[in-house]
Amino acid sequence: MCPLAKTIAEKILSTKAKRQVSVGEIVEAEVDYVMVNDITGPAAFDEFDALCVPIKRDKVVLIPDHYVPNKDVASAVQAKKMRDFAKRHKVRNYYDVGAGGVCHQLMIELGFVAPGRLIVGADSHTCSYGALGAFATGIGSTEAATVFARGVLWFKVPESMKFVVDGRLRKHVSGKDIILRIIGDIGVEGARYASMEVEGSSISSLPLSDRITIANMGIEAGAKACILPPDKKVDTFLDGRVRGKFKHVLADPGAEYSDVRRYDGREIVPLVAKPYLPSNVVPASEVGVEIDQAYLGSCTNGRIEDLRIAAKLLKGRRVHSGVRMLVVPATKQVFDRAAKEGLFKIFSDAGAYISGPTCGACLGGYMGVLAPGERCVSSTNRNFVGRMGAKDSEVYLASPAVVAASAIKGRIVDPSEVDR
Amino acid sequence: MKKSLEGRAWVFGDNVDTDQIIPAEYLVTMDARELAKHAFEKAKPEFAKIVRRGDVVVAGRNFGCGSSREHAPRALMGAGVSCVVAESFARIFFRNAINIGLPVVEAELQTNEGDRIVVNLADGVVSNKSTGQNKSFAAYPPFVMMLIQKGGLVPYTKEALGCRR
Repeated sequence: MCPLAKTIAEKILSTKAKRQVSVGEIVEAEVDYVMVNDITGPAAFDEFDALCVPIKRDKVVLIPDHYVPNKDVASAVQAKKMRDFAKRHKVRNYYDVGAGGVCHQLMIELGFVAPGRLIVGADSHTCSYGALGAFATGIGSTEAATVFARGVLWFKVPESMKFVVDGRLRKHVSGKDIILRIIGDIGVEGARYASMEVEGSSISSLPLSDRITIANMGIEAGAKACILPPDKKVDTFLDGRVRGKFKHVLADPGAEYSDVRRYDGREIVPLVAKPYLPSNVVPASEVGVEIDQAYLGSCTNGRIEDLRIAAKLLKGRRVHSGVRMLVVPATKQVFDRAAKEGLFKIFSDAGAYISGPTCGACLGGYMGVLAPGERCVSSTNRNFVGRMGAKDSEVYLASPAVVAASAIKGRIVDPSEVDR
Repeated sequence: MKKSLEGRAWVFGDNVDTDQIIPAEYLVTMDARELAKHAFEKAKPEFAKIVRRGDVVVAGRNFGCGSSREHAPRALMGAGVSCVVAESFARIFFRNAINIGLPVVEAELQTNEGDRIVVNLADGVVSNKSTGQNKSFAAYPPFVMMLIQKGGLVPYTKEALGCRR
């Protein structure tokens, strides 16, 4: 069986495997780029050094972001391993502290990501690149090492699921709320091993920033990839930025999906995923719990658009006296832009703490770890047990608008409580 | 490939995420023994102290969801875990386990903590000796079986590249 009509995932994998592939088969396909970070890279470097060929240097991207600036001696050693590896193998695509930032936003900003590409990364949120119409997926360190050497990797061709979101979105409703709505609906393994395709008028109305948030959290439903059909907004973003050529890949009419789900965009409200699963979703207005920390940043929501949304709510207001608010722009570009637009003054005047780019607190590493019993409203992607710190600390996932409004109120609220 | 694996069961529920298997603060080394010291530290604090070589992790659905950290299967290997039996696996964890040579099988097995579990990879049967329950599991796809037989992705890649060592 090889139906002629194909999904985006099937088309990209067919092109990269140089033959027509069908769902369920395992193929080796040519990868356009492979990215590793400072915690997944070192294992890949060790494995690669045991192989016998020169590195496919133009395909390799090295981005320290999790525990840099160095968290401690051990993480300093890991970051140094990456620096040394880049030097030894003459990898040009290496972005050290001060030049880079959170890997997924950086990969997109620097033009590595484009429609139709096959990109792998030793970080689960690599699926973010689906926002630009790429097939992108998270892999492990060992497989990253083999891609350094061969430029190919094995893939099981996934089934595809289609999610259609139509209708004009309400005020304060963002890409984060759409993906939380979907994950709340299908659960944390609702798209396990599948490629999600997310489309509809609500999606095409969104800026790229929000679309990246949607694709980013596909993994929280277990997806292998989360692809949004590319359009002119993607082309405009890539103009003058993209490396090499690209071609839009869209699904054929009549392509087969294992499931098609439709949502009315007009009915989606600001949402929150309560501990301890991203699928534990309720309207922000129903949460109401007091918070100790509000975190704005990460590959999910650390873009300039996210900072602007939060700044708009925080302007002329104060972060609640019982709350620490942390603002962490995802990359140097986001940081510079925020500085230029005066957003840092707004955050600082409101009593927020601002740092340079790092993944640190999102995964409970450093720069914002939670004490036992503490609660954080966070623009990040995971709220597992102990994700941002102590075992019995709690993470509530939400949009930048909900994070900012909650920081002001000292408890988790719908943004309309601050701005009607 | 070892044909038959045997050990005591460590039982977990659904959606055991990689932060539970190995918390992120320990991702500053790839040393399997070092990682093993912190395996399941928040989920089952006694695990690292009393786990024995050969023990089997038995879990529910979506085992290993979350991060792509290969530290997770490595920590389990470092702890001596011989196999993970789960109703289903998150895909990156599944790939990582196969690629580094940790056997993972999909089966739904009624298990209590400490039950004697035997996994026969060649015959595709997992047994709970304490309850007498046997469950067969689907064979791996041929490509995956080939990777397992070669000892993981690195030996396969060396062969594909014609590396001598």
